[in-house]
Amino acid sequence: MGFSKLLESWPVVRQLREGDALGLGRAVRSEKSRTLKPRIADADHVGHSICPFCAVGCAQLVYVKDGEVIQVEGDPASPISRGRLCPKGAATKNMHDGPLREYKVKYRRPYGTSWEELSLDDAMEMIVDRIVATRDETWEEETPDGNPAKRTMAIANLGGATLDNEENYLMKKLLTAIGVVQVENQARI
Amino acid sequence: MPSLGTSFGRGGATTFQQDLMNADCVTIMGSNMAENHPVGFQWVMEARERGAEVQHIDPRFTRTSAMATRHVGIRAGSDIAFLGGVVNYILEHDRWFDEYVKRYTNAPVIVSEDFSDTEDNDGLFSGWDPEQAQYDVTTWQYAGTKVHAAAGQREKGFSPSRVKGEQSHGGHGGGLSHGNPPETDDTLQHPRCVFQILKRHYARYTPEFVADACGCTVEEFLAVAESLCKNSGPERTGAFVYAVGWTQHTVGVQLIRTAAIIQLLLGNIGRPGGGIMALRGHASIQGSTDIPTLYNILPGYLTMPHVEHYGGLDAYIDMTTAPGGWWGNADAYMVSLLKAWWGAAATPENDFCFSYLPRIDDDNSNYWTVQQMLKGKVKGYIVAGENPAVGSANGKANRLALAKLDWLVVRDFVEIETAAFWHDSPEVESGELKPEEIATEVFFMPAATHLEKDGSFTNTQRLLQWHFKAVEPKDDCRSELWFYYHLGKKIKERVAESQDPRDLPILDLTWRYPTSGEIEEPSADSVLAEINGWDSTGEALAGYKLLKADGSTSCGCWIYCGAFAEDKNQAARKVPHWDQSYAALEWGWAWPANRRLLYNRASANPDGEPWSERKRYVWWNADEEKWTGRDTPDFDAEKKPDYVPPDDAKGPEAIRGDHPFVMQADGLGWIYAPQGIVDGPLPTHYEPHESPFLNPLYRQQSNPRRQKNPDLAEDPYNPPGSDVYPYVLTTYRLTEHHTAGGMSRFTPYLAELQPQMFVEVHPDLARERGLKHGEWATISTARSAIEARVMVTDRMRPVKIDGTVRQQVGLPYHWGQRGLTTGGAANDLTHMALDPNVHIQEVKALTCDIRPGRRPRGARLPDFVAEQREIAHADNGAAPPQPAETKDTTVSKR
Repeated sequence: MGFSKLLESWPVVRQLREGDALGLGRAVRSEKSRTLKPRIADADHVGHSICPFCAVGCAQLVYVKDGEVIQVEGDPASPISRGRLCPKGAATKNMHDGPLREYKVKYRRPYGTSWEELSLDDAMEMIVDRIVATRDETWEEETPDGNPAKRTMAIANLGGATLDNEENYLMKKLLTAIGVVQVENQARI
Repeated sequence: MPSLGTSFGRGGATTFQQDLMNADCVTIMGSNMAENHPVGFQWVMEARERGAEVQHIDPRFTRTSAMATRHVGIRAGSDIAFLGGVVNYILEHDRWFDEYVKRYTNAPVIVSEDFSDTEDNDGLFSGWDPEQAQYDVTTWQYAGTKVHAAAGQREKGFSPSRVKGEQSHGGHGGGLSHGNPPETDDTLQHPRCVFQILKRHYARYTPEFVADACGCTVEEFLAVAESLCKNSGPERTGAFVYAVGWTQHTVGVQLIRTAAIIQLLLGNIGRPGGGIMALRGHASIQGSTDIPTLYNILPGYLTMPHVEHYGGLDAYIDMTTAPGGWWGNADAYMVSLLKAWWGAAATPENDFCFSYLPRIDDDNSNYWTVQQMLKGKVKGYIVAGENPAVGSANGKANRLALAKLDWLVVRDFVEIETAAFWHDSPEVESGELKPEEIATEVFFMPAATHLEKDGSFTNTQRLLQWHFKAVEPKDDCRSELWFYYHLGKKIKERVAESQDPRDLPILDLTWRYPTSGEIEEPSADSVLAEINGWDSTGEALAGYKLLKADGSTSCGCWIYCGAFAEDKNQAARKVPHWDQSYAALEWGWAWPANRRLLYNRASANPDGEPWSERKRYVWWNADEEKWTGRDTPDFDAEKKPDYVPPDDAKGPEAIRGDHPFVMQADGLGWIYAPQGIVDGPLPTHYEPHESPFLNPLYRQQSNPRRQKNPDLAEDPYNPPGSDVYPYVLTTYRLTEHHTAGGMSRFTPYLAELQPQMFVEVHPDLARERGLKHGEWATISTARSAIEARVMVTDRMRPVKIDGTVRQQVGLPYHWGQRGLTTGGAANDLTHMALDPNVHIQEVKALTCDIRPGRRPRGARLPDFVAEQREIAHADNGAAPPQPAETKDTTVSKR
């Protein structure tokens, strides 16, 4: 590196030459800061989403690279949120890929003292077994005074306010069809 | 939500968040909007920038208070006393919006001479049945009408006293012919007209009474009342904003009703800058009520059939149909739903499979289920995206209930307390539960996040917004759509050969949704299409007006009909706000019929002209002979303002051209609710179930109709006025955490931002009890005791009630045993006494004790709690007798 280049690499010189006394302009840029890019610049695609926390309904932009979420931020196009997210909404990616997120089914047998591994397929079959058996064993065709009941009171389901409308619809439809009436969610809680 | 439904017709926010900027006064009560709905709060700030007054009435001084024009501190649980004072102020000072009140509300309607008020009966309305502890609502009706479905239905088992709040969504308004109440007095002078009843009911709610009952000053109260009045009328409007600070009381529904009465008197419903903004706390809590995962309703607020009330479809339709308004078409909504569920199997000959529906009892709600679990009557439980072990009132009762199950399925992102109750809970620590003795089989199923699935949330303003899948879920993670779809498919396979009639509802159930990908994820679009519905040619329906009762249309939720109009996902529309008006009709899709501001016919005067240029919104265009404006008119587009229904008119045709509340049988806003609410036609101040104070109005201390559990050992109560539990306790949320913590305590950034459970106390209370800032305190009730770090702050204010100063204690409720930040669960302290209309718990106002130091460990914890309970009885002879079960001290005896 020649002397003039060396001198040039010293930001103070550039500050003096460019009259940038406070060091807020181009003069203080380094090679690194000059080539910095936002992490979203490399995204393969941008998805449109809605914040999953409260019911304000802020819109989110989801940046994806190689099948992984690399950034979630506010969508300026939303007429409600106009690009803003609160601390929870801004932590969406952190919730999505946090260190405590579970990815595998876990099973605890009666009187068990620890979790065991179980495949998703086996878990589904076992849950179906239990629903069908419990329903059969506890079916109420009529009430004691002869009114139609057509239900089981031995199965209950809780949750829904954090879920999608389409999910709630299938949940209510299926459970009603199998005679489960104790279907409830956070609206009451 | 029955409060909004009964008062106006629909159980949803009457307005949308952006419209708050048009308000001249925003009154926030029962909500800490700046902290809990921070991004929505920008619209309140916009209003303030434009000159609006912002008022915050709350026991705590919060960031919402800091941004408000004025904050008034009141004691938790005194809101009806405060708002009743506002009603009285409006009536005493002739401040109501006269033409609006006379033409758009039921103020002129004359009420049955059988009605008598709480003022006449020391805190009870007429019709009280002390044996059943409930009201017979027949005496509350309009004069000259009978309860809807009277004579003929009685034989079928219908009992008017059993009309449920949520079963009367829309105020079906019985016995009305052609939409008009039979007897009215347009001068509002008749002694039995609603207006005069209201005046008498609130006559004692003077400013001085408010100050004494609520612990504020007369001047503070008057400033609020005056701001509300001066910012209402033809030229100005004011909005109310609330959240669960209003809902979660044994008088929660009545509390919201009080605001509805104020807004009707001031003419603030259906107008820009007006309304009641209900702020919901979960992404789709509105949606999970519209398409309900609730025991008592079917999609679109149709009632679930009751074991005693309904025989066949005809009886159901008779009971559900209103003589006037859009509930007049309930048959079309119900038959279309049955067609959506049972398709070709549903025919006119078999009542469209109506008999396939299971029947409910009076109360099969969540807390009833918890009690059934404790009794061992519930064998299996599926929990999806909820954490009752710490999120429901009386956490200990909930956890003990889980231990009585045969099997439990928990679907969540992380191992929440509900999944871990058997190895990591306060009861395992105390020895009350031992893992090797718990028979419950537990399946933990990892769930997909919203980034891993398509679907729609319905936000706080009834707006359906679609979220697109961004990435595939990993390993075993699956959406609830996947789970319930494949569950249904497998159950159908199991019963495929069955001849048992009980399996017909499963065999005939329509369950064909296209799937895609390796995991066979069902198409959420196809589910929304079914919700929207089709005509007999398979064409997507454009709106609920097209629904038919003859089986030729199918629709999974009538109020969502139109969300998939033109076979396009309308919820997925994302036209940027800069390309459209502020109502943003092309961003998502709002029910009903993409209306953003409900009852907007009321933004015009009876002749159809805007009340003022400043508040122009929807009006009658005489040249084109239709309603037009800045929003989808919430009225028949071509119904003239001077339309008078013929005598034989039914349903929507029975609504006059100047009656804006089209879901109500009479088209009117209901100041007085003759039916639809089980604990009174007008809100009355009652003390919370647990209160240190006596009711200043009546000997009737608390809501007589509230639900409580005197026989349940696991749910003991602090005696009223007890010295052992002398402080008022209220619970709340923080910006950085979400509900019971499943989505935030396990998330590193959020756990770091708000790392510890704490308790807020005033410096005077800290001195009184020797509490030191930053050190530990133990907070206890008859249910349990928890510990928290002490936050000494004057945000938490003492209140002077009837001359006595009382302290209030504040607890955030996000914590539990697990996650990256752990701490005492506030819900271990709360009880399961409920509002009778919606069965919601009272966690915003109860009583507690607080003392310095950490809580007792291990088995000493239940012993300590039991000792306190014993002392409370010994010291509390003057209090009303307590249920015997509180003497049965330890739950471990079960």
